[in-house]
Amino acid sequence: MNHPLTPETSAEPLAPGQRLPVSERKQLSPEAVAEIQAIAGRYPDKLAGTLPALYIAQREFGFLSLSAMKQVAAALGVPEPHVYGVATFYTMFKKEPVGRYHFQVCTNLCCALNGAGELLRKVAARTGAVPGEGPTGDGMWSVEEVECLASCGSGPCLQVNEGVFDEFVDEAKLEAILDACRRGETSPWGE
Amino acid sequence: MFSIRTKPDPQRYSFDGLGSTQYPNLMLRGAGDLDNWTLERYRGQWEGYQALKTALAMEPAALIAEMKVSDIRGRGGAGFRTGLKWSFMPKDTPERKFTRYLVCNGDEGEPGTFKDRAILEYNPHQLIEGMIIAGWAMQCKTGFIYLRGEFGWLSHKLEVALQQARDAGLLGRNILGTGWDFEIVTYRGAGAYICGEETALLNSLEGRRGEPRVKPPFPAQAGAFGQPTTVNNVETLAAVPAILRMGGANYAKLGTPGNTGTRIFSLSGHVKRPGLYELPLGLPLDFIVNDLAGGSSTGRPIKAIIPGGSSAPMLDAKDFDCPMDFDSVKGRGSMAGSGGIIVMDDSTCMVKVVERLIHFYAHESCGQCTPCREGCNWMEMILHRIENGQGRAEDLALLASLPPRINMRTLCPLGDAACGPVESAMQKFGAEFEYHIAHKQCMCGAPAGV
Repeated sequence: MNHPLTPETSAEPLAPGQRLPVSERKQLSPEAVAEIQAIAGRYPDKLAGTLPALYIAQREFGFLSLSAMKQVAAALGVPEPHVYGVATFYTMFKKEPVGRYHFQVCTNLCCALNGAGELLRKVAARTGAVPGEGPTGDGMWSVEEVECLASCGSGPCLQVNEGVFDEFVDEAKLEAILDACRRGETSPWGE
Repeated sequence: MFSIRTKPDPQRYSFDGLGSTQYPNLMLRGAGDLDNWTLERYRGQWEGYQALKTALAMEPAALIAEMKVSDIRGRGGAGFRTGLKWSFMPKDTPERKFTRYLVCNGDEGEPGTFKDRAILEYNPHQLIEGMIIAGWAMQCKTGFIYLRGEFGWLSHKLEVALQQARDAGLLGRNILGTGWDFEIVTYRGAGAYICGEETALLNSLEGRRGEPRVKPPFPAQAGAFGQPTTVNNVETLAAVPAILRMGGANYAKLGTPGNTGTRIFSLSGHVKRPGLYELPLGLPLDFIVNDLAGGSSTGRPIKAIIPGGSSAPMLDAKDFDCPMDFDSVKGRGSMAGSGGIIVMDDSTCMVKVVERLIHFYAHESCGQCTPCREGCNWMEMILHRIENGQGRAEDLALLASLPPRINMRTLCPLGDAACGPVESAMQKFGAEFEYHIAHKQCMCGAPAGV
């Protein structure tokens, strides 16, 4: 069957045969390894440390390269394929680099009813980043379309890195957020 | 961490259902005030941890009986009776001792729902108190709070709140001198809607991919780490201290028989004053949308309403008289679900709405069951075609043939949830789909895409 329009799938992290980009950092720091092992000890089974450990690795490397996943597996003492499977299952584990300020715009129904599409286009235009296409040349910005951020009543909403910047984001508020990032008042990605 | 938060404007956004003061606020007390979350405030202003004292003086079995008297139904979506759920947990026998777990489901991700976030942000101690009481009732030693990944900013605050409770002797070892230990551990997901399903959540909590499990065994038999587990929604657990404060029988007087208590409705979409409204169950939809939330924000008539989060089949203006409780909404062919009410005016293109929702379900399907994995993608593909002016005459029949092939054929309800919007929209707004195919454009004049 020939479909003229294939559905837009979510950013597929890894197509078969595609290689993960390589991070500048080579090794998990000893502190990170210690942190991973301490967290794993909080749960009845060390496997439960997988998600927290991947967050720690993401903080260290900026994103999860294949090498980062292998090191997480080694630090936890769990099989590598398990870590790979988990890292590629969850969308918040980044398999490719993102910008220093990673803008996540919810375009799900409630936000869309209140102008999320327009907000997404504005964010893309103001930062120069193409949604879902990785960071800008200077590594400063990246933009991503995301699903529901639990701010449906105060949409359109926007999250930058792990901070919350929601509540009726209009042009003036978007400018204020961009300024705060430029001035370094917002924690950059991974910090 | 720096973040921009607008000071809530009560004219524009409701935090507790302003104007509805004739109804008690049990879970959203102090919501909207960013300083409300501390232990000091919870104890000083809101009788905090009084219910815990009452609970610890009771036998666990009596506590479960009290929950049964209150007849509260789970607020996560399925509406299962909480007291009954708690009673499924196995008791220790001389031959066998169990390690039981309590899990709080804070993976709020149902589009249109934002109530748990408000409890976690403004009233975390009420949740913690509810968890400790539930832990005592089921004789657990450990409780987990599973938060969705996007709530990273909330988890920092929650950790501080937990530490405040520990420092005050309310959590941890020897709680209030009773000799009973209970600890709460937070766990953060990483962006997967499916983890709101209880067995997927348990897999995620164990550090695995969030794929739902085959039932049985049910969580009460073998849940987290293979041990008996009860999973409750944030709102359900936050209601527990309120039930003990007023007594189960008094709580049951709120709402209607079989649908007791208050619940938090999340209003979004085309309403004048969106936000959170904590109300007794059973009030008419018309009263909530038009009288409390001020009706349509655009001045145009309201065309469609999703009554219980995006998974609930749509209602239309004829259903304004529907009482908002589990049974009545079910009677209209929809479900009360998570209480997320999404309002759409008559300029909204229903094809676009359904396409956007199905994009979400296709994205979030875990891929484990073929009917859901393939079916959602097929529905999305067809809807995408229709929405973009490339629909074919046979597409409507093809689209209509998919939900019966997905419904009830999957391990978890995600596939069923994706069928609700498609079936209800085609049934109620079928003319718009036909117009889209015949005229290659929208009946309401809306452009394609969000």
